[in-house]
Amino acid sequence: MVMDKEVVLSMRGICMTFPGVKALNNVDFTLREGEIHALMGENGAGKSTLIKCLTGVNDFEKGEIFFGKDQHPIRNHSTLDAQKNGISTVYQEVNLCPNLSVAENLFIGREPLTRFGTINRKGMISRARELMKKLDIQVDVTQTLENYSIAMQQMIAIARAVDMDCKVLILDEPTSSLDDKEVEKLFTLMRSLRDEGIGIIFVTHFLEQVYAVCDRITVLRNGQLVGEYEIADLPRLRLVAAMMGKDFDDLQSIKSKEDEQVSDEKLIEARGLSHARKIKPFDLDIHRGEVVGLTGLLGSGRSELARCIYGADRAQTGHMKVKGKEVRINAPIDAMRLGMGLLPDDRKAEGIVEDLSVRENIMLGMQSLAGVVKRIPMEKQMEITKHYIDLLEIKTPSTETLVKQLSGGNQQKVIIARWLATDPDFLILDEPTRGIDVGTKTEIQKLVVQLARQGKSVIFISSEIEEMLRTCNRLAVLRDGEKVGELTENLTQESVMKVIAGGERS
Amino acid sequence: MKNGMAWLKKITGMRLFLPLFSVFLVLIINVVYDAVQGNYALEFFRLELKEGALYGRIIDILNRGSEAAILAIGMTLVVSSSAGTDISVGSVMSLAGSLCCMLLAGFGVTHVREIGDLQMPIFVGVLAGIAVASLCGLFNGFLVAKMKIQPMVATLIFFTAGRAIGLLLTNNKMVYIHLDEFKVFGGKLWIFPTPTVIAAACILIMVLILKTTSLGMYVQSVGINPRASRIAGINSTAIILLCYVICGLFSGVAGIVATSRIYSADSNNIGLNLELDAILAVALGGNSLGGGRFNLAGSIIGAYTIQAITTTMYALGVAKAQAPVYKAIIVILIVVVQSPVVKAFFARRRAQKLQAYAVAGRS
Repeated sequence: MVMDKEVVLSMRGICMTFPGVKALNNVDFTLREGEIHALMGENGAGKSTLIKCLTGVNDFEKGEIFFGKDQHPIRNHSTLDAQKNGISTVYQEVNLCPNLSVAENLFIGREPLTRFGTINRKGMISRARELMKKLDIQVDVTQTLENYSIAMQQMIAIARAVDMDCKVLILDEPTSSLDDKEVEKLFTLMRSLRDEGIGIIFVTHFLEQVYAVCDRITVLRNGQLVGEYEIADLPRLRLVAAMMGKDFDDLQSIKSKEDEQVSDEKLIEARGLSHARKIKPFDLDIHRGEVVGLTGLLGSGRSELARCIYGADRAQTGHMKVKGKEVRINAPIDAMRLGMGLLPDDRKAEGIVEDLSVRENIMLGMQSLAGVVKRIPMEKQMEITKHYIDLLEIKTPSTETLVKQLSGGNQQKVIIARWLATDPDFLILDEPTRGIDVGTKTEIQKLVVQLARQGKSVIFISSEIEEMLRTCNRLAVLRDGEKVGELTENLTQESVMKVIAGGERS
Repeated sequence: MKNGMAWLKKITGMRLFLPLFSVFLVLIINVVYDAVQGNYALEFFRLELKEGALYGRIIDILNRGSEAAILAIGMTLVVSSSAGTDISVGSVMSLAGSLCCMLLAGFGVTHVREIGDLQMPIFVGVLAGIAVASLCGLFNGFLVAKMKIQPMVATLIFFTAGRAIGLLLTNNKMVYIHLDEFKVFGGKLWIFPTPTVIAAACILIMVLILKTTSLGMYVQSVGINPRASRIAGINSTAIILLCYVICGLFSGVAGIVATSRIYSADSNNIGLNLELDAILAVALGGNSLGGGRFNLAGSIIGAYTIQAITTTMYALGVAKAQAPVYKAIIVILIVVVQSPVVKAFFARRRAQKLQAYAVAGRS
């Protein structure tokens, strides 16, 4: 039935080369009106690059794009061009202005004008309110954007794109920072847009979501087209196989029985730590060789709790013991000296230093432990960098490539390498697998279990309960900025959900 | 042919290509002018030894460009770490000079002709001048790093107040130190102009620091992403503060050189508009004023390029009053050539050519 619909967009023979990498090789892509089309592939498969070629961010070398009912050739030279042509995009990372109001963000570049040519603020605000109401997003449109969570900002970005009278809507990893309820809301919206005849390109790493909402799948691998499939013809396992080109151990257990045993030695004892308006006082013990998961809805204080321990947000009350010794952590460097490391959830804002090379990004942690005066000799830097590039299979043309040129998953691996290089006793991983392909996801999960085997402790934070169940020995549950319980036995998706949702405390 | 292309591509791809290219451009203008005028074509490069000192246009450029080059070192770090500029360096130079002269001569004294009339050894005065400049840097750094005030606003304070404080110290008068021991900083050392030697020393010290410590990586990391740097254990506040102190310190050194040249504290004129040259030097060196990655060599070359332009103007007989106009035109050319738009244009051209080669090769 989908077949009958008219083609709204076709890309033919797209080629694109980055220095040292053939990013796209003769890729075709077809989108029909009124369909939701998943674009799948591992990190570096070329999904984002293809999108960027379409929207004019990248200037591709070869190939053609045809658009509209009459299939006239188009070539966008900027996202503005693309928008004018009816192609709107919401990217993985929110691309709005945090210091402007929600309404201003919605209408930036196309503000309603008054008769005198000035911006019609009243009109803008009322139109923004209408739009938000239509999409069922509860925000005060006069507030500055940065007052809202990343999830909310994402929704606003989508609302902006939706409002721009588009024929093709591209959603590049829109759900990575949304919780289940928000995702459901987004899907409802996507379905209604589809029914209006808009073609939607949906880039995601969440397999379930593809099957929940998409009509059709195009799979890329290593910059090449693997194929285009009807959703019914491609069961989950075959999709994964198509993406990776190999069999996949997604559902296999990665923990063995022995991994359940943890030592009695307490590495961290936190008592009554808190940070105003972010996390209420909490107690938490972490044993050597243990993986503790922090779970809860987005904004429940998962990240904040971890940041409080690490000193990323300085604890305002309470005290903490590390290896039995009373400590005071004022800044991240104090925590690092005690053998801690934090992989933050917002990779772009707090993880990578984008204009530094892969080597410099990896060395940053070790170097700041060594201090500014004791520069680590270049041979040693190269040795360490190469070691971790091999160990974590980081795909990079060279050690001196700027980290911003890598794909998201490889950037994440670089930050993991940064911390592994400091040989920490205790590592906090905040959403380490967000926006990362399935293969790398499993690698990271295995790595976590392995670290625990080596006697290191890990705090693991993830929105995917399944992933936590596979890796964690114990789960701490948070709700509304408060630690409400801990689960050690009978860890199942249901039991965890119950505690997250509220009701009885365990 | 193919080798030639590869060679050309390698050269144009180098980070220092454009700064060096601009210097080259200025040199060509000189040579062509001299040739047209019927002078010795390589007049520009001629060096001669007169009365035990080296003379020549190149030496003149290196000499007169010393202060800007010294300032450019600190400015590069400030721009990289804080994505802002320190506009107080010129005023701080003059403050350093005024304090130095006032301490040496004593408050209210306007002329010192005998070494015995000095109130303290010259090196103490010089160090005091450099120290006060470093303090100014510390103050600027505190406002920027700790109080999070925008760099231009924070440094505006000393931009306006620096000279006034200098005038207070010198009691609104010019203070002359007619002593060869003091003039030496702006004079000559063996056969070289001392300012050149001091600038070279400053550059050398900074290069050594960047090579042997990880300061360079810290500064760039903080400039690119202060939040990520903090999570990775870097004290961003301290690094930015340090950059401003270093910038202040070098302003002090430049101030002493400029003061020694005219062996007097001339609060109103020392270092006048030099902050603009220093900032321009950083930009000409191919550094983004938005902070982040920096290239010290580029900034230094930039500083001397500016001086080369000025010297060329005078050599061409342009009146001093009109020189800035021509200077501006040359600067526009250089900056436009380095701009992202033009760079992207050439990159596209190159890609198209490569594609054309590929197609030709296939058929």
